[in-house]
Amino acid sequence: MKTISPALTAPLALAAALLVPTLAFAAGDLGPAAKQATNWHAIVMFLIFVTATLGITYWAAQRTKTAADFYAAGGGITGFQNGMAIAGDYMSAASFLGISALVYGSGYDGLIFSVGWLVGWPIVLFLIAERLRNLGKYTFADVASYRLSRTPVRTFAATGSLIVVIFYLIGQMVGAGQLIKLLFGLDYVYAVVIVGALMMIYVTFGGMVATTWVQIIKACLLLGGATIIALGVMAQFGFSFEQLFSRAIEVHPKHAAIMSPGTLVSNPLDAISLGIALMFGTAGLPHILMRFFTVPDAREARKSVFYATGFIGYFYILTFIIGFGAICLVANNPEYIDAVKGGMALRGGNNMAAIHLSHAIGGDLFLGFISAVAFATILAVVSGLTLAGASAISHDLYASVFMHGKTTEGRELSVSRIASLSLGVIAVLLGIVFEKQNVAFIVALTFSVAASANFPVLLLSMFWSGLTTRGAVIGGTIGLISSVVLVVLSKTVWVQSFGFAEPIVPYSYPAVFSMPAAFFFSWLFSVLDNSPRAARERAAFEAQSIRSETGLGAEGASAH
Amino acid sequence: MSKSEQTANTLAMAERIRNNPKFRELSSKRSRFAWILTILILVIYFGFITLIAFNKAILAAPIGDGVTTIGFPIGIGVILSAIVLTGLYVYRANGEFDDLNRQIIEESRR
Repeated sequence: MKTISPALTAPLALAAALLVPTLAFAAGDLGPAAKQATNWHAIVMFLIFVTATLGITYWAAQRTKTAADFYAAGGGITGFQNGMAIAGDYMSAASFLGISALVYGSGYDGLIFSVGWLVGWPIVLFLIAERLRNLGKYTFADVASYRLSRTPVRTFAATGSLIVVIFYLIGQMVGAGQLIKLLFGLDYVYAVVIVGALMMIYVTFGGMVATTWVQIIKACLLLGGATIIALGVMAQFGFSFEQLFSRAIEVHPKHAAIMSPGTLVSNPLDAISLGIALMFGTAGLPHILMRFFTVPDAREARKSVFYATGFIGYFYILTFIIGFGAICLVANNPEYIDAVKGGMALRGGNNMAAIHLSHAIGGDLFLGFISAVAFATILAVVSGLTLAGASAISHDLYASVFMHGKTTEGRELSVSRIASLSLGVIAVLLGIVFEKQNVAFIVALTFSVAASANFPVLLLSMFWSGLTTRGAVIGGTIGLISSVVLVVLSKTVWVQSFGFAEPIVPYSYPAVFSMPAAFFFSWLFSVLDNSPRAARERAAFEAQSIRSETGLGAEGASAH
Repeated sequence: MSKSEQTANTLAMAERIRNNPKFRELSSKRSRFAWILTILILVIYFGFITLIAFNKAILAAPIGDGVTTIGFPIGIGVILSAIVLTGLYVYRANGEFDDLNRQIIEESRR
């Protein structure tokens, strides 16, 4: 790997995918050989998408000369485009494959996730977006450290970003691996390598310009594809939800239980904790926050949230129909059921519910299209994540913390490209380790960390004049460490990944403890901070609030 | 204009904005509106979650004599309310509040 440039690796891996479909039969866990015949529709559509996006990357690479181009597409994206790109960044494999799988498995419970993932958006708009745009340049650490001490606050914010990015990447890589394994019959490991290689190319050469356009194209494809599946489902049931649900109750082994909240969140505290994580986590995701620096001003930033909320809300309603459609049209068809496990277990894993449904509705051609869409979905999200992770490393850690701002733009960009490549390698390795997890759960855990570490510090830095460096760093670090430790000791990691018999912490989601802890300790250590630095930081709040509210002096702002 | 002149200019503008009563008006109007909407979405969402946590039976009640439960329109309603509330905020912020903001910036440029 070290001697081959990433530009070569992707075509090679892809060629391997095309030439060696027989690997599927060697793998042995993918059902009868006859059903693994190479799906040429899917391959052709994959290739069209990959070619088109590589073309865009080439075009974007010509236009990516400065740091502003690389991190923020030069600030020249419109509110509508950014709304599409945010939707493309946010509607992940976990949303599309994971939520439809959850609905397939437990019915109504899937809606709890969809609703939670959407209600974070109003919070982003009301409290975060415009102030963030007015204060920052490329990363949310710019904002958190605006009037606080650069080195400690940026180090904290970059660590929080990187942990969120890496957790999130795991979920995406697992989805990608399963998807491509099923479609090409290609080994899981090769599948995650292909995704890793492509995302490294997009980000390293095309920066934010390429990432934005990959996300916009993906959003169009995903919204279009999901609309067609949902219409296909509804058409079979005379466009009557009553008929769809009646049939689902008949087919599903849990019967009427799928029509109301059930076992997914049995413990009330877990339900509230998951709710907190999903709602406030959105406002702490570095790859999402970064998108607000691609628009020219606060006005466009606000518009982009409105468009994004509309697209994402519509999409989640569709995934719900898709999940129920899969119960009705996939669960009772032996063609899609895992021959060994039986019951409702799907060939290729339950995350394949939406993919099998597309075959049930539109045959091989449509399966090929939806598979290409799901692939595009994963690529768009991992590219956004990688860029956010790389900017935390190059802009926050390298340029500000290690070099104290004394570096050249060119060198910062090189570091950023090296960081993108390293993150790609890490993502591939973690994707292999976490192969057997349900991707929706991993993403939910990511949100817990984002809500407990990044969100409290960002919010307090913009709204509370009393916040000091000491309070932000200690409070945020307590939120970060407590959420990660609680996640590791919970059933999801301790039992399902590490294989221990009993979890140490009985709750699946930590946010109900870790987010208030972050706020409380940020407050406590700020009010106890009597240093001269703290006094200066409190005094600087007024100037910060003038800029954050009016946009005066904002980066690239068009108002003056 | 050199960079230091620009900074000095921005500082002078900031000082005038600070003393402009319209800035206080904008700041208090906008933050009150933002916090009211924030509380609204929190009540809507955590009301829904509390029902799931403590009283699943309400959401499980069928509508009329069909199989569709009341939980479905409630869940979809939460999604739609999020879209409507963001629309309301953008409408007022990009209209009324931005007009006021433009006046404030204009008046600080003397």
